[in-house]
Amino acid sequence: MRKPENLIMMIGALLLLVLLPCLNAYGPPDSALHVSDYTINLWGKYLCYGILAISVNLLWGYTGLLSLGQCLFFSLGGYALGMHLMLKIGKLGQYYQAGNNPLEMPDFMVFMGFPELPAHWVPFHSFGFSVLMVFVVPGVVAFLFGWLAFRSRIKGVYFSILTQALTYAASLMFFQNKFTFGGNNGLTDFKTMLGANLNDADVRRNLYIATVLLLIAVVALVKWLLGTKFGKVQKAIRDSENRVLFSGYATTSFKLFIFVLCALIAGAAGALYVPQVGIINPSEMTTDKSLEAVVWVAVGGRATLLGPVYGAIFVNALKSWATTAYPDYWYIILGGLFVLAVLFAPNGIAGLPQQIKDIAVGWKRRNASSIEPGATPA
Amino acid sequence: MRTAILMKQFALALLMLLGCQNLSLAQGLPDAAVRQQLIEAVLAEGEDQPEKIEALAETGSGMVAAVLAQWRAGNLLVDASPDGAKVLFTREGIDAVRLDTGVKFSPLAPKEVETTSKTRKAIKNALDLIAVASPDPGLRSAAIGKLGMTQNTDYLPMLEARQVKESDAGVRKALVEAISVMQLADEDDVVCIAAVRKLGEMRSIPSLDLLKGMITSEDESEAAKAEAAKSVALIESYLKKVEAAGTVFRGLSAGSVLLVVALGLAITFGLMGVINMAHGEMMAVGAYTTYMVQNIFGGGLTLSLFGFGAHVPGMNLTGAAYQSYFIWAVPASFLMAALVGIALERGVIRFLYKRPLESLLATWGISLILQQLFRLVFGPNNVQVSSPSYLSGSFVIHDVVLGYNRVFVIGFAIAIVFVTWLLLTKTSLGLFIRAVMQNRMMASCMGVRTERVNMLTFGFGSGLAGLGGAFLSQLGNVGPNLGQSYIVDSFMTVVVGGVGNLIGTICSAIGIGTVDQTLQSVTDPSMGKIITLSTIILFLLLRPGGLFPTRTRSLEG
Repeated sequence: MRKPENLIMMIGALLLLVLLPCLNAYGPPDSALHVSDYTINLWGKYLCYGILAISVNLLWGYTGLLSLGQCLFFSLGGYALGMHLMLKIGKLGQYYQAGNNPLEMPDFMVFMGFPELPAHWVPFHSFGFSVLMVFVVPGVVAFLFGWLAFRSRIKGVYFSILTQALTYAASLMFFQNKFTFGGNNGLTDFKTMLGANLNDADVRRNLYIATVLLLIAVVALVKWLLGTKFGKVQKAIRDSENRVLFSGYATTSFKLFIFVLCALIAGAAGALYVPQVGIINPSEMTTDKSLEAVVWVAVGGRATLLGPVYGAIFVNALKSWATTAYPDYWYIILGGLFVLAVLFAPNGIAGLPQQIKDIAVGWKRRNASSIEPGATPA
Repeated sequence: MRTAILMKQFALALLMLLGCQNLSLAQGLPDAAVRQQLIEAVLAEGEDQPEKIEALAETGSGMVAAVLAQWRAGNLLVDASPDGAKVLFTREGIDAVRLDTGVKFSPLAPKEVETTSKTRKAIKNALDLIAVASPDPGLRSAAIGKLGMTQNTDYLPMLEARQVKESDAGVRKALVEAISVMQLADEDDVVCIAAVRKLGEMRSIPSLDLLKGMITSEDESEAAKAEAAKSVALIESYLKKVEAAGTVFRGLSAGSVLLVVALGLAITFGLMGVINMAHGEMMAVGAYTTYMVQNIFGGGLTLSLFGFGAHVPGMNLTGAAYQSYFIWAVPASFLMAALVGIALERGVIRFLYKRPLESLLATWGISLILQQLFRLVFGPNNVQVSSPSYLSGSFVIHDVVLGYNRVFVIGFAIAIVFVTWLLLTKTSLGLFIRAVMQNRMMASCMGVRTERVNMLTFGFGSGLAGLGGAFLSQLGNVGPNLGQSYIVDSFMTVVVGGVGNLIGTICSAIGIGTVDQTLQSVTDPSMGKIITLSTIILFLLLRPGGLFPTRTRSLEG
């Protein structure tokens, strides 16, 4: 079981990291081998979602904490980098060019009548600070919330409902214009990052490669973590928290660590998502989005290393196709997929081969056992 | 002794009778005489006319008011008949009605009765005066209030005369208020100040703007301004109290809807342990059922599903029969939501009783499907459910407006809580429900059909959500996303109340509803919601058991 998974990972990593970008950069434009800039961008988006799904899975699949707030951390990371990108628009902004914005504030601030750049925006002029904040903001929010929640022994569905409420409250907050993050339009119209034009094919390819690298790093981290003693305790918490507690482990600290780690992973994914998609707004952090991320994990395969990535790619590819082919029925398809996955394929795509094998074995056994009583008739 | 008392009483009764007769004589002049007087007034020339018109007001007749209103609208005409006599008539639609006899006829050469500005003013005054003398106290107060706001001192003697005769307390108050408002414009400072003080003492909200105007006005004396400032302060603090009472009332009614919905959730989540994310959609099912019933009682509606259109014929009822639709819609929405809930339980949830997190996810999938179905069937926009006439009025108590619909919702929520309590504690089904929730295995061993109990419990919980939806259709809009805006709130309500504790749910629903409405009126709606939610989250993080935690010896409980 171990060997083939490693092999798949190697092949997958090579495909994503080397083959796709190479075909994009060097493939002859008209041939079937060419990968378009659009495709690269799309896959960059899918893989960001894949990283987010891994963080959901690490919490839900391996620790038994169903967090409906992962999209909040994803968006917080996205907003942190988005703020930097917003400030880098500078002289290219429409209001500046129209002469209405001598302070070089983001356009939406002029539009909403802010007198000057709010103080908490100022440090985001620095790229380093923004990248730091990509990790610090989700990390601190997760730490505070997790500390309070785990200390009070909130678990199971209560944890889910509370994280859902937290996300809902945060999205309402970000929808407010006076919260200084652009209201329901969010942050958009980015131009450059580190001096490079974000609309360039090369820059987009590099962002894509960075996403793949992050994905590989996160997969490796999760794989390593699960192999350590820490990972064993973590799975034991999922299976029976009280036994672990009575064995003398401080389960609260374990859970808090995992929760914060997952927030950091989600934040990083969000930060890579924003420059590739070009917009971040509060609709990214509604509870529906968090639940959608859980769908990816459920469809892809819970408690499997790569299942969440498969699920994120499969569901989002399906979404891209269905929202254009059958726009009216997409939600019915998504909801139906979810119900079916939960009811009939608890281990998702990654577990399908095993499930089919089990069913086949079960059939054989049933046939065998149905013959046996027949063999000894009274 | 006794005879003396009897005599006295007899005399009193006689007096009262005579008094009544006098009154009826004064108000009920014979119709023909009134009509004659009216014709004289219309045909009068020059200076006499306004006086005669105003004198008409004293008849207090509704017919006079109608004719005067017609005259003002240019519908009073004169027909020169061949014999030279002038025949006055009014146009009633396509008919012409003679003024002197009140019968229809066909005019020969009609001509409008001309009015001068003086006549028009006299007509208006007469109309106002008739309205002030209207037999309905509500109309009387409204007319008096309107006259007062004109600050036209010409009406003062008339209002004062009225004040002596008036017996209705509400109208008396309106009279005092109107007279005081008129006196504000009085030249005499003493009268003016007295009026200002009077208005302050009465906490007269309509006069607030006038009083505020006086403070900044340059024509008023310093003393008057100071008095006005005092009165404004009094009225404003009263206004604040009125607004606070209104907010509490709205909060109670919002809390009642929340209560009905959360009660359903408290049963499915608190007692059964099933996380039903589609609970909000059950509300929407109830609300849309109300909409359907309304349309079936009315003109029918066309539904479309998967490209097929289906016309649901309407019964085309009108009047009271149509208005009664809501009475049918309430049980219909309960049943409809209960049926959908039972289907959901049979189809999906029963496989997931041992996996609560999975039931959360599967029901969320169901909620997505249902929302999209609503969108496809009823359209993506909100639909309008009109309130029946008996739910669209309001009472006013001390200037606090209490809408019938909100009062109804509060009353009905109390009834539903009572019925739920009866069901759970006094019926055998309730006994089974509690037994299954406490210990499924044991109940099953004792011969309780747990599967059936689960189904019925879930159906009941969903039905309650449907009822919540029916109520909500009377307070707000009905749309595909109706459930989404309630689901987080209702989960929070159940958790804050203490899971599995119905009393806790009641307390927290009313508490959250009221706090939410209060904050929404103090700040803005979404900020109020954010503060409420954050407070709830913090409260639950510190006290995870909620207001009334369930005590249990079980480790995993």
